Amino acid sequence: MRKLLTMMTAAGALMVASTSLKAEEVEVLHWWTSGGEAAALNVLKEDLEKQGIGWQDMPVAGGGGTQAMTVLRARVTSGNAPTAVQMLGFDILDWAKEGALADLNAQAAQEGWDSVVPEALQKFAKHDGKWVSAPVNVHSTNWVWANKAILDELGIAVPSTWDEFVAALEKVKAAGKTPIAHGGQPWQDATVFDAVAMSTGGPEFYKKAFVDLDEETLSSDTMKETFDRMAVIRSHVDDNFSGRDWNLATAMVINGDAAFQMMGDWAKGEFINADKSPDQDFLCFRFPGTQDQVTFNADQFAMFSQGAEVGKEQAALATAILSPNFQSAFNVVKGSVPARTDVSDEAFDACGKKGIADLKKAAASGNLFGSMAHGHANPAAIKNAMYDVITAHFNGEYDSEAAVEELVTAVQINK
Amino acid sequence: MTTAPNPQATVETATALTIKDTQTGRTALKPARLVLYLLLALFCLYYLLPFYVMLVNSLKPLSEITAGGMMALPDDWTTAPWASAWSSAQVGVEATGLRPYFVNSIVMVVPAVALSTLIGALNGYVLTKWAFRGSTVLFGLLLFGCFIPFQMVLIPMARMLGLMGLAGSVSGLIFVHFVYGIGFSTLYFRNYYAAFPTELVKAAQIDGAGFFRIFWRILLPSSGPISVVCIIWQFTNIWNDFLFGASFSDFDSQPMTVALNNLVQSSTGVKEYNVHFAGAIMAALPTLLVYIVAGRYFVRGLMAGSVKG
Amino acid sequence: MSNSETANPRGSVVDRLRDALPKLVLSPTVAIVAVFVYGFIAFTLYLSFTNSRILPTFGWVGWKNYENLFRIRAWDTAVSNLIIFGLLYIVICCVLGLLLAILLDQRIRAEGFIRTIYLYPMALSFIVTGVAWKWFLDPGIGLEAVVQGWGWESFRFNWIKDRDMAIYTIVIAAVWQTSGFVMAMFLAGLRGIDGEMLKAAQIDGASTFALYRRIVIPQLRPAFMSAFVVLAHMAIKSYDLVIALTGGGPGTATELPATFMYSYTFSRNQMGIGAASAVIMLMTIAAIIVPYLWSELREKK
Repeated sequence: MRKLLTMMTAAGALMVASTSLKAEEVEVLHWWTSGGEAAALNVLKEDLEKQGIGWQDMPVAGGGGTQAMTVLRARVTSGNAPTAVQMLGFDILDWAKEGALADLNAQAAQEGWDSVVPEALQKFAKHDGKWVSAPVNVHSTNWVWANKAILDELGIAVPSTWDEFVAALEKVKAAGKTPIAHGGQPWQDATVFDAVAMSTGGPEFYKKAFVDLDEETLSSDTMKETFDRMAVIRSHVDDNFSGRDWNLATAMVINGDAAFQMMGDWAKGEFINADKSPDQDFLCFRFPGTQDQVTFNADQFAMFSQGAEVGKEQAALATAILSPNFQSAFNVVKGSVPARTDVSDEAFDACGKKGIADLKKAAASGNLFGSMAHGHANPAAIKNAMYDVITAHFNGEYDSEAAVEELVTAVQINK
Repeated sequence: MTTAPNPQATVETATALTIKDTQTGRTALKPARLVLYLLLALFCLYYLLPFYVMLVNSLKPLSEITAGGMMALPDDWTTAPWASAWSSAQVGVEATGLRPYFVNSIVMVVPAVALSTLIGALNGYVLTKWAFRGSTVLFGLLLFGCFIPFQMVLIPMARMLGLMGLAGSVSGLIFVHFVYGIGFSTLYFRNYYAAFPTELVKAAQIDGAGFFRIFWRILLPSSGPISVVCIIWQFTNIWNDFLFGASFSDFDSQPMTVALNNLVQSSTGVKEYNVHFAGAIMAALPTLLVYIVAGRYFVRGLMAGSVKG
Repeated sequence: MSNSETANPRGSVVDRLRDALPKLVLSPTVAIVAVFVYGFIAFTLYLSFTNSRILPTFGWVGWKNYENLFRIRAWDTAVSNLIIFGLLYIVICCVLGLLLAILLDQRIRAEGFIRTIYLYPMALSFIVTGVAWKWFLDPGIGLEAVVQGWGWESFRFNWIKDRDMAIYTIVIAAVWQTSGFVMAMFLAGLRGIDGEMLKAAQIDGASTFALYRRIVIPQLRPAFMSAFVVLAHMAIKSYDLVIALTGGGPGTATELPATFMYSYTFSRNQMGIGAASAVIMLMTIAAIIVPYLWSELREKK
């Protein structure tokens, strides 16, 4: 046994270098497998094929990428790392810290990524001053999706403050409909919590609590107020929310059973797929009280290092990903917005245009924040520990006061 | 099931009821049978319900599903989801459907099942007919290995496959399935051969037959039933495995379950439930087929020894 | 069934080789199990004392992972859930399997057909049957809605949404999957029972119930052993099922050790804590399985 251990240590946990691929092929590990997004990714594949670079597709869906990350670890450990891997937020930084990612600075300098990619996003694409991944998109997560017919019928205007929002919820409830369509899965609970926290405490509070993990802020009254507001939201959710997939919640809004859903911009795809159009059948607006802020998560492709130099095909892939054409084509389909702020919004629908404008504004005014719920504020261990508390509180396991205490403990254990 | 080797116990238990009834003067055998059939039918319902949900939803357009009524029969019957799942659904960047992955799974499952069954048979043979000091303990250790959680072995296994040069290859995947299938296949064959008359083996030995000859000529020919059990078990487990298939395959050897999972699990895309269900039934067809075709031999196989300890 | 080989004179090399042959045949298996089961267990044990996060690293941290593990609420839930789930699952599967086997053993007309229906769930993977179950159990769209639609307005079946009851829905779905298999095992056992003995007992005037209790069921003991091993191993490995059905929710109400371990090792990048939970899990399994195997295997001699 001793021998096995030494062997494993000696061989090193990182045997990334020895990929057996030919130089002119990229093997891409990703989790975009549903109709639209996979088809959109095909654009990238064709683009590379035109340059004579083959695409070896390695899709592994599940758990919002966690399944793919598990596979990645197995592949890296076995010394068979893929060339490029779809990754999110802190995962990129973690792998960069292990020294596993290739340096893309040459491409970045050549194409001026520094000036077109928002700074908040660069935090997750650069490590030690080096670009290590190519961002594909920016999803913003503080959207509210609303059924326009219900709002019109009840005379509800788009709410812009928490109080207006609560009043709107009451109205819907009085009319016998479900005010909020919600799926009770930890990440969905956290997505709502994210928006509520931002709205309750503002950007300073958000940053201190979730990025800096400041204990005083975490245990503050504002945090308690945030949990109280979550309880208000809970009281406007139907009884069957637990475990529901987000898209079934979206279907409730589409079908007119519920008025609002708080969900990231991918929800738009469901509306479009059901032949609904923005501003006519459904509305998209920022969570009341967060009109100026954008909380985001961004999909990126990190390149696994194959030696001293970044591979030619990896460079080509990174360049192709950041080309304005692909950014536009892909994001129109995906529902997200381009990761660079200089892409024309011509091809986008009303919600997409709004998203692009909001992102540009937020990036310029320092109001662009990584979403805690989507792993762009703190590392996976802390994020999941926060999920536990948020979900437990949302399900009534304990009150707001206890939740605040639990939150602090959770951060302490996992820090 | 009228071909059991022993005189039918079925017959006995059934007559038992009859005799009893006449003895005590109770009549009404008929209502008892009725209740019996009713009970059996009720259980059929329990077992069929989830399949019903899958089947009806695979035959309706998506709009009917999202509009509610997931339990209802389709208003508008369609086989489009099936066609889509088979050949045109998006499971990766290319819209290939599940079709190409079938081959990948078969290429992996068949050798893995064959290998673990064969080695299991040999092990069972040694452990019963050539038992030595400590062989029972060895068997116990082997059996305990069945309980190791697969999530735990993932990383060290990846390392070992890398060291053996099997990373990301079909042979690597076959090897993994073989390694973790061996415990159960040994269990089945050991219990089966334990009931096999040792006198026959001894007689053959006296006649000068060697180790392999006895196995080949005497035990193997009568191992049909237990092989069916073992093959069904291994086939089901390996065919349905996701974790190993996803982690140890390469881009061109991903098995069926990984493709199915890709079809079903997309997190931020539109979910086409009807296609998902069609794909799920499709992916299960080979195992279902094995159960239906080999099912009758299955109970016979279990009966012929595996449950006799 | 001990072999006669040991009695043979061990003269020539050929003889010795022949003696060693069985062991030689067994040795690859032994080697494989030694490395890929026990080696990995040792490796995990070692990892559980290190500060491993995304990948195995070898910085020794002593008992810290274990201390943290027991401070995590979800772990308690997972362990007590496994006890509830494991017990109910094994007991219900055995009882139901036995009942179905006895029922099917009454010269049923369409036995082959019915048996296949009972058996088929075993063939399906939970990746998708999980979704079907989830919908079926969902009060908004599943059983509750349907029964209410039939006019029984007060009918309630919302266990899957209920923190205290959700674990039982996992049991229902798990029993659905394997009880047919257990049924097949018992059916096989029943068919193997000697008819003469039953006849004799009948003539002595034993009631049907007594017949089963005194004669039939005790003879099914080996079948129980096989069923127990299969069921226990499935209970402990239950992962797909929980993920597909409840994702561990509501809250963390249906977390099981297997999901906990996966989540800490892979989603939360706390490989050390994940390894610690695996070690505890294995020790628990050992504490239950080893004495059982011991008693079963020893008795044979």
